[in-house]
Amino acid sequence: MSDADASGASDGDGSGAFGAAIERGEDVPLLTGSGEYTDDISLRGTTHLAIRRSDHAHARIESIDTSDAEAMEGVLAVFTGEDVVESGVPNTIPTAWDLPGLVQPQYRMLATDKVRHEGTPVAAVVAETRHAASDALEHIHVEYEELEHVTDPVDAVERDVPPVHDEAEDNVAFDFELGDADATDEAFADADRVASVDLRQPRLIPNAMEPRAALADWEEATGKLRLWMTSQNPHLHRMLLSAGTLGLPENKIQVIAPEVGGGFGSKIYHYPDEAVTAWCSMQLGRPVKWQATRSESYLTDCHGRDHVTTGEIALDDDGTIRGVRVETHAGLGAQLSQFGTATPSYLYATVLSGQYTIPAIHCRVVGAFTNTTPVDAYRGAGRAEGIYVIERLVDVAARELEMDPAELRRRNLVPPDEFPYESAAALVYDSGEYERAMDLALEHVDYEELRERQRELRDEGRYIGIGIGSFIESAGLSPSGLAGDLGAQAGGWESSIVRFDSTGSVTVLAGTADQGQGHRTTYAQVAAEELGVSVDDVTVVEGDTDRIPQGMGTYGSRSASVGGGSIARGAREVREKARRIAAHQLETSVDDIEFDDGEFHVAGAPDRSLHIQTIAHEAYLGHDLPEGMDPGLEETNFYDPENFTYPFGTHVAVVEVEPETGEIEIERYVAVDDCGEIINPMIVEGQVHGGIAQGIGAALYEGAAYDDDGHLRTRRMDEYVVPHATQLPDFETDNTVTPSPHNPIGVKGVGESATIAAAPTIVSAVADALEPFGVDHLDMPITPESVWRATGGDN
Amino acid sequence: MYTNDFDYYRADSVGEAVELLGDHDGAELVAGAHGLLPRMKTGDESPPALVDIGQLNGLDAIESSDGGSISVGALATHAEIADSEIVREHAAALADAASELGDPPVRNGGTIGGNLAHGDPRSDPPAALLALEGSLEVRGSDGERTIDAAELFEGPFETAVADDEIVTAVRIPTDDDAVSGYRKRRDPLSGYAMVGVGVWLRTDDETIEAARVAVTGATTTPARLSGVEDELEGSAVSEETITAAAAEAGTALDADAFVSDVQASAEYREHLLTIDTERALYDVLDVGQ
Ligand SMILES: Cc1cc2nc3c(=O)[nH]c(=O)nc-3n(C[C@H](O)[C@H](O)[C@H](O)COP(=O)(O)OP(=O)(O)OC[C@H]3O[C@@H](n4cnc5c(N)ncnc54)[C@H](O)[C@@H]3O)c2cc1C
Repeated sequence: MSDADASGASDGDGSGAFGAAIERGEDVPLLTGSGEYTDDISLRGTTHLAIRRSDHAHARIESIDTSDAEAMEGVLAVFTGEDVVESGVPNTIPTAWDLPGLVQPQYRMLATDKVRHEGTPVAAVVAETRHAASDALEHIHVEYEELEHVTDPVDAVERDVPPVHDEAEDNVAFDFELGDADATDEAFADADRVASVDLRQPRLIPNAMEPRAALADWEEATGKLRLWMTSQNPHLHRMLLSAGTLGLPENKIQVIAPEVGGGFGSKIYHYPDEAVTAWCSMQLGRPVKWQATRSESYLTDCHGRDHVTTGEIALDDDGTIRGVRVETHAGLGAQLSQFGTATPSYLYATVLSGQYTIPAIHCRVVGAFTNTTPVDAYRGAGRAEGIYVIERLVDVAARELEMDPAELRRRNLVPPDEFPYESAAALVYDSGEYERAMDLALEHVDYEELRERQRELRDEGRYIGIGIGSFIESAGLSPSGLAGDLGAQAGGWESSIVRFDSTGSVTVLAGTADQGQGHRTTYAQVAAEELGVSVDDVTVVEGDTDRIPQGMGTYGSRSASVGGGSIARGAREVREKARRIAAHQLETSVDDIEFDDGEFHVAGAPDRSLHIQTIAHEAYLGHDLPEGMDPGLEETNFYDPENFTYPFGTHVAVVEVEPETGEIEIERYVAVDDCGEIINPMIVEGQVHGGIAQGIGAALYEGAAYDDDGHLRTRRMDEYVVPHATQLPDFETDNTVTPSPHNPIGVKGVGESATIAAAPTIVSAVADALEPFGVDHLDMPITPESVWRATGGDN
Repeated sequence: MYTNDFDYYRADSVGEAVELLGDHDGAELVAGAHGLLPRMKTGDESPPALVDIGQLNGLDAIESSDGGSISVGALATHAEIADSEIVREHAAALADAASELGDPPVRNGGTIGGNLAHGDPRSDPPAALLALEGSLEVRGSDGERTIDAAELFEGPFETAVADDEIVTAVRIPTDDDAVSGYRKRRDPLSGYAMVGVGVWLRTDDETIEAARVAVTGATTTPARLSGVEDELEGSAVSEETITAAAAEAGTALDADAFVSDVQASAEYREHLLTIDTERALYDVLDVGQ
């Protein structure tokens, strides 16, 4: 297929690929069931792992008797923490983010001395079948000496409770500060007014559709481990497994993430369970599979949030914000998860300026160990918590000043000509047109008229509320040097290979890892646009450390901006090499070659041309290349962005609250998002829909709780549930486009935006509805009962 | 989680099912499996054997008989009941409960017999059955008998249907001068009834001659609300009557009768019961609001 006609130039070319609402190529395989997930993969002789977990929140292990379980039919082996220690592997589950003064207790694959939260792995059963393994669990006899426990992050450090780890007697893992305390105190002293809010952001359970899973295959003869797993970042998992946990060189570990059914952060982390799966395979020399049940997901997938915060805002009477002061106790759970330290510190405190010009900000975060499931980044991670605080503060301040909350926001927005804007919370915002997005959102709901209607309805005893959530997000943590300065043990770059195959098709190998986002479509659009080929000519490959040389993975809204940026840069280099070949074969100078719709032609002589796919073939023939040029047409790219990107927007919700019952009805939900350039509007809209659903879930329904015994009280889907479609309103979405000036394709990312926006927007709306009752804040999840109580129904 | 091991038998007749239940200690029937299986997966129930009656023929008929009652076969699904004109005309409360129950897959799979025999306190049909004063026709090793709604519900997941008995039909008396309805407040998490109120009233134009009102979901066991009924009976059809009657919603119930869980406390449920009783009465009576 070497002639231009057959190469796709006639039917589809790349121009217009970027920005088109192309249907997702992955949907047919996923929806028709041919997609292959970890649990779908079976190797010859696969055995099954089940993990015995502690029922106690805090206890000393006195003895473990595995003999009954070992004697059961089909059981191959039962391992305890001592067995792992004796095997001599490094046996640590390392954190990937250091902070000054951080206490880093030992974190092993299987517990040896104490269990520190309900669900801690204490023993592993490998059996011929999944059911045999599961049945054997209750025949492992573990004796515990129960210890006093603590589940609340404030109680953990302020009350006299036994430490979760002896290394941290006061349960403080870190005491973090950001911003200028003195300047903030001064701002508060000078300001006309101060408003404040005490709030809790409850624990959230990620609830990815596919629970975590792993399949490990250790090949004794070559000393190589293949590990299929539900991973958002296979290369990171390979790195963390290598040195810290299993003691194998990276080139002897292949991590494969096949189809992965959602993550929302929970599949970023290096957990004990997948490591135990690999270790068991190394002991037995047989493939070992572990598939978490939903119940295990609830107990062991890292939870999100768990903040207790006092926030204060200082303003002048005209609404000018002078300063913000925040103190937070962040529950970290029983162990430091991979980014569990970064999430409530740098990812949180740095966004407290929101969309506003705030001269002085100070934030202190006490990271507390508790006898609970470890807490780490969950969609929105840190940014969601921070934006929630500043947005609640702005609303409470508007109430205090008797000023319209939209107007108060407007007076403080960072104006477009102030970018790049250096906030008092240590970030440099790249670009923004905050007022434009806000105006558009307010226009959609006809804001002034809506306020009028609100007044009229109140006279009739009906209570509607208008909630506003204006947000920024810091997406795609970078550059790597900055990440390193802040404590990251990994880079902020992304890597890809863009390769023309010899017949003109294109393969993109990307270091990110899709869990449903649609990378196979959007990345193909980016590459097609740069290369002037049809989207159908591009195949995207992700999720295999042996096929994709390097990568950092998919989290923190980074794939489109950092991964997509890398692909665009690589594709441009490929295109430039092709241009040199074209110039050579068309016998002209490179400067005289123009590129248009996949066609290289000589300036001023459009019929003297060569299609890029023809050149691809030439590049691999190697018969007629410029002097000194190597054959082939592919580039490996590492892209380390110069800054985060900063998506933003304003969401508006209209709710009606029935005080008699506390029921909340969402009448309208308008989302205006600015994620920079849009690669695929349909996929962006999908991300916004999912994000709003999760934000509404947090605001109205979710919230994990522990009972007095330290047991997870919300341990099943009928006790903790993500909202059903029937509980969600129609979403009205719109966009403004403010490109990121430093990103190669102008994109900013949209993975977390709507989750960040929706929770404060809904809480704002409910609080607004309840203004006549003197209610200015309610903690999430706002259940009907909590509304009923707040309005005095129980008196 | 996984269920524990169990043996599985499929019965080809009611008689065989009774026999199988007798032969296997602790065996449970399974019809639609929408009540039992979720509880087997969580470990709340683990019967050593299941006797499947889901494929039995002839147990799903919905018929009206001349003797002033309708009969709904135990294997009739909630969807079939929701769509039945006979049920809609003569037992509107049951039709309401069936159509408000769960979601389409649940309504297509779950059966009325299984629902009522199981005694899940969050279920919808019990309040309708109590208000309609229906009864269950059951067959066991000792032959056939009838269980009145008033005797059926003994506690959470406890009913008067004995271990070796099979519900074959639900019988509901009909009354052309009566109206009935069921009102549900969904638990936002499970979709089951957080509060469900079934109402049956016989009125002449001005007066309520007879009233039967029942609750499900809010209480640990579905129950009649006699305080409400006493207030209604003999009173004029009016807004005042409705308000006064609804105010009695909690009076005949013990303080500890109300369910308390992550979503709603007992106190809040009691409050909602008053409101939903009032609204359920407005739904069926032609006054005000
Ligand atoms: C996701 C979901 C949502 C649901 N939502 C609701 C809801 O909103 N409202 C609601 O009311 N219900 C709800 N249900 C339950 C549903 O109504 C079930 O259909 C019902 O509880 C049981 O009926 P079944 O035929 O499935 O019974 P099964 O599960 O087969 O059996 C349940 C029990 O009844 C016994 N049994 C079954 N048939 C007979 C018989 N003929 N004679 C004697 N004993 C019998 C069995 O032995 C077993 O103990 C829901 C279920 C699910 C899975």
